[in-house]
Amino acid sequence: MFPEALEFHVSGSINNLVEWMLHTFRGFFDWVAEAILGMLMFLNDALSILPWWAYLLIVCILAWLTTRRVATTVTLTLLPLIIGIFGLWELAINTLAIILAAAFISILVGIPLGVLIAESPIAAGFIRPLLDLMQTMPSFVYLIPAVIFFGLGYVPAVFATIIYSLPPIIRLTDLGLNQVSEDVIEAALSCGATRWQLLREVQLPLAVPSILAGINQTTMMALAMVVVAAMIGGGGLGYEVLRAINRIDVGSGFEAGISVVILAIIIDRLTQGLAKRWEPPTVNNS
Amino acid sequence: MEKAIEVSRLWKIFGRDVDHIELNQETISQLEESDEYIAAVCDMSFSVNKGEVFVVMGLSGSGKSTLIRCLLRLIEPTAGSIRINGYDVCGLDQEELTKFRRQQVAMVFQHYGLLPHRTVLENVGFGLKLQGVPEKERLDLSHAWIERVGLQGFENYYPDQLSGGMQQRVGIARALACDPPVLLMDEPFSGLDPLIRREMQEQLCRLQHGMQKTIFFVTHDLEEGMRLGDRMAVMRGGRFVQIGTPEEIIANPADDYVASFVQDKRNASQEVELCSLKH
Repeated sequence: MFPEALEFHVSGSINNLVEWMLHTFRGFFDWVAEAILGMLMFLNDALSILPWWAYLLIVCILAWLTTRRVATTVTLTLLPLIIGIFGLWELAINTLAIILAAAFISILVGIPLGVLIAESPIAAGFIRPLLDLMQTMPSFVYLIPAVIFFGLGYVPAVFATIIYSLPPIIRLTDLGLNQVSEDVIEAALSCGATRWQLLREVQLPLAVPSILAGINQTTMMALAMVVVAAMIGGGGLGYEVLRAINRIDVGSGFEAGISVVILAIIIDRLTQGLAKRWEPPTVNNS
Repeated sequence: MEKAIEVSRLWKIFGRDVDHIELNQETISQLEESDEYIAAVCDMSFSVNKGEVFVVMGLSGSGKSTLIRCLLRLIEPTAGSIRINGYDVCGLDQEELTKFRRQQVAMVFQHYGLLPHRTVLENVGFGLKLQGVPEKERLDLSHAWIERVGLQGFENYYPDQLSGGMQQRVGIARALACDPPVLLMDEPFSGLDPLIRREMQEQLCRLQHGMQKTIFFVTHDLEEGMRLGDRMAVMRGGRFVQIGTPEEIIANPADDYVASFVQDKRNASQEVELCSLKH
């Protein structure tokens, strides 16, 4: 056995640290919790006002605008009907609200962070390893700090989802900015572009396809996490899946699972179509 | 004659920690032996007259692209001084440098460097937009230049919808729209097919006839250099091996390298003479 004399525990210090943080930053955590909850409730209410057919209409219009293909549009429009037929419409709306809230905050935080690491090697040196760490951790791990700082309920669910879905938007913003061709940057500099003008007029617009891909990835990650976050009170479709597992009720697990998949397909197709629309015309597709 | 560009003892050395090297006889000979450093521009001094087309000719790897980029500090020179229209280019701070690039020089690139997400009209007006020129004036100027380079009707096209020659016309219009006294051209026509290249050269000559800009023109094509250049410099290994009018260089090549460079040209002109003798 390992000699007991060599054992050294850090768990006590960590517990103390967490205690101290909770105590010292009480006001901050409360503020964050309130902001997240307020936003989530607003989104949930707003989404609940719309009748079910309005969603079909919105999906139909967006699908047509972004893909311009009849088959895709019809399929995407009819898919949500299945969720309604399974009786999971309201839960799906709850899930959608959490996804939108989390993805929105992730994007709001992620794009500036992406710009920061693209522009500053020092910031990149700090943030990149952190992103590597975040992406190797199993999603369940994110539930722990969320529960510690925010207890159980919607807020920790959104918080864990934000943390989990943050890396792709940061990385793809960074990638998009770095992929801008050296020729174009050189030309803009030779015209007398300042660093800010270069970013605003050249790099960011050219990075948009990559940033949109990041938004797509972030939203998909948020959806994946929302299901897991049901374990700490996220509610929605995830809770339905969780309950089915607890009761070994394969049938309703299937219904809830399919609904999650449908939600994923629709969000994925719509955000991907958006990214394709953005590309400037070339000889081939003018 | 008045000088537009004056370069003296200019060095550009690529390698690690180059900035800390003190350049003197000893370190220079060390540099030449070491593998870690590459001197792309070696101790160059020359001047370009106002209103003249100065052609730098050299093969790839001769340092000509590095040289032209040093002139507006797209590449930071390691040592030496550059004066363009009275501006001490190496001594400018970031703000002054931006202003200098906006007003004194413009550059045309081999790969055009157009913004793919902007239309022809917006690309031509890009430099003006950066300067904060009001929209109406910007549009008027852009339209005027689009017409002068012969692109009317293509204002709302995107660069990728145009042929190479047309894209380079956009590049030239963008450079000229800011009306800089000095124009730097880095192999602007090298990517074009011969017929279009010829046409573009003629257009540049016509434009130059009306503007009298100082043009610093880099090329690897002797024919092009002879057609456009008032004076020509042959560059090799980061140095000018000969400077003179195209005729002088062809008649009296300074060394074997220049001689081999211009040999085809001499043969060709001799053949022409032979042909004319026969008939």
